[in-house]
Amino acid sequence: MDFGFSEDQLLLQQTVRDFLAGECTPEWVRAQWQTGTGRSPEFWRKLAEIGVPGLIVPEAFGGLGMDDVDLVLILEEVGRVALAEPVLSTAVGAALLASLSEARVAGEWLPKVAAGDARLAVGHEQSPFVADAHVADLLLLPAGAGLHAVPREAVRLEPQASNDGAQRLFRVTFDATPSTRIAERDEARELRDAALDRGALGCAAQALGVADQLVKLAADYAIQREQFGVPIGSFQAVKHMLADVMVKIEYARSHVYRSAHSIAQRTPARAVDVSMAKLAACEAALCAGRTSLQVHGAIGYTYEQDVHVWMKRAWSLDLAFGDSVFHRARLCAGVIDRATPAESFGYSPPGT
Amino acid sequence: MDLRYTPEQEAFRKQARAWLEANVPAEPLPSFDVAEGFEAHRAWEKKLHAGGYAMVPWPVEYGGRGADLLEWLIFEEEYYRAGAPGRVNQNGIFLLGPTIMEVGTPEQKARFLPKMASSEEVWAQGWSEPNAGSDMANIQSTALRDGDVYVINGQKTWASRGAYAHWLFGLFRTEPGSDRHRGLSFILTPLDLPGISVRPIQKINGKAAFAEVFFDDVRVPVENLLGDEGAGWNVAMATAGFERGLMLRSPARFQSTAWRLVELYRETLERGAPVAPGMRERVARCWMDAEAYALNTYQTVTRLLAGGRIGAEASLNKIFWSELDIEMHEAALELLGPGAELAREPWLDGYVFALSGPIYAGTNQIQRNIIAERLLGLPRK
Repeated sequence: MDFGFSEDQLLLQQTVRDFLAGECTPEWVRAQWQTGTGRSPEFWRKLAEIGVPGLIVPEAFGGLGMDDVDLVLILEEVGRVALAEPVLSTAVGAALLASLSEARVAGEWLPKVAAGDARLAVGHEQSPFVADAHVADLLLLPAGAGLHAVPREAVRLEPQASNDGAQRLFRVTFDATPSTRIAERDEARELRDAALDRGALGCAAQALGVADQLVKLAADYAIQREQFGVPIGSFQAVKHMLADVMVKIEYARSHVYRSAHSIAQRTPARAVDVSMAKLAACEAALCAGRTSLQVHGAIGYTYEQDVHVWMKRAWSLDLAFGDSVFHRARLCAGVIDRATPAESFGYSPPGT
Repeated sequence: MDLRYTPEQEAFRKQARAWLEANVPAEPLPSFDVAEGFEAHRAWEKKLHAGGYAMVPWPVEYGGRGADLLEWLIFEEEYYRAGAPGRVNQNGIFLLGPTIMEVGTPEQKARFLPKMASSEEVWAQGWSEPNAGSDMANIQSTALRDGDVYVINGQKTWASRGAYAHWLFGLFRTEPGSDRHRGLSFILTPLDLPGISVRPIQKINGKAAFAEVFFDDVRVPVENLLGDEGAGWNVAMATAGFERGLMLRSPARFQSTAWRLVELYRETLERGAPVAPGMRERVARCWMDAEAYALNTYQTVTRLLAGGRIGAEASLNKIFWSELDIEMHEAALELLGPGAELAREPWLDGYVFALSGPIYAGTNQIQRNIIAERLLGLPRK
């Protein structure tokens, strides 16, 4: 029993955090909103240089061969700086390709992913939209009972303007053929479920970083902003709002880290674990957004101030890879209808 | 990260489960806040102690089992699973004991810990005073050095277990004229010394859960000073860290309540009683939060085993478990419908107890101040 990260894992997280703090500034994030694609191939190349896209690509395909426990720490940093590059969808797609029973597609694409030469997009039943389909070199899409891998040239995209300036959503149509099919029936079902779980976990991890940053923005502001002759951060009304968000973040983090382990180890309760992580982390991020806005007051309600940059990330993450209605239903089914084994971490009720 | 238990840990769980199944009283004991229940709980503690389970993480020489904190959590899981009695000496074994382990002299450890583990000596907590509640640094009771004794004068209040306990630990001002956190010392005193009078206070259910304790020229030997003279505040904060999380409120307590709530929800549906829309999600959410508390505690234990310490983040725990406890009981009472007000209802008893959670061990408002000031760096003034 060891519920912590290794020194190497924390070092990698720190490396990515330092890199992003220098490269992915709020100004740069806003500048990306205005570009045609909203995504930067140059930035992706730099991410590849520090190993981010190949993190969970198996070593046999040129990746680092790490797992979801490593990945959550990196995605937390992605959220902290509101980076919108397709780090998560590429990781989810890579894990999916690596799990295919037939290795041809993986052999073709995973080395490119690890080298930073290919980005991936992933569609699933819980959303009519596919994020970052316009920059993905390969799209992994469900159709019927199958799962398909389709190059960008072969899909039709219909852009859907999002409230979040960083978000790029598309309705995607394509012709499902035997040549695009990479898995069917049971295997496809399993891969689609795994992709949804990994995507939800990744959103939860990013939401933690988003929440942290929203609280930091609010605390920094509350320390320097004076009213009634004192910093507003000295008022208990302000302190207590922020303390409540801190409580939510702390306990959401525990769910997120555990569900990373559950996915990496394919534990029987992983679906419920992931749903709890997604619910807790997105709730913390949404609450951090509202609280940060309130602490900032009118200035926080302006376009110029950065609160909304992170707040809108929180809204997007809450809806991606299963919204809260979906995850609450899954939690209820698991716990109350006992769809998952009636035993939790350590504690099992009498009679089991 | 590896969230599996080792074979040794699994074996320990099995062993503890078997012992508890064979020994836990079939009928619940009377409340330890009445005289008869207090003695019944001490008898249970004696049995636990004889079985080697009174305080599993303590060294064997002090009446423990020499286990680590993970085995402690496993034991707690089994303890709650078995529905075993509450711990009458919790002020001692969960709060003072770990503090003595940290700052006590070898003589103090040998003198106090074994009798604490066996509950031969049951402890009360003596921190609050009439004018030092949330503002604990306003303590006025004095303990002035006179040769090899401290002479104590003043009044403590809300001393949990004070009505029946044998000893009390508390903070007293040892430096005359000192102010706030400075000049306080952590002193241990028997409650039967001349000059001490104890006046039990009934809590809202009418039971004497705590007491006022009056000191009138009470002479306590200087060996009963815990930690350095004048360093009492810091010693007390170490104790508070245990009180706000890990030891006093181990997660199994909330996980067992959460599972009982799930069962209550299912039974209520099965007997066709009306259930509010939204109750399904409310119950699942309680279970999820109890799970979060367990996970978080395992993270803390991993950190402590690697040499870390409990700090201001204990305040996050205190808010989380105390509010969860109330929410679980309120959900249960709603499920019970009109039966919720019947005095025999155990959920009602649990609810009354849960209501004290956001108040004791530092109110939740004090915890929010600590979080904002110490974890976020917001200004005190």
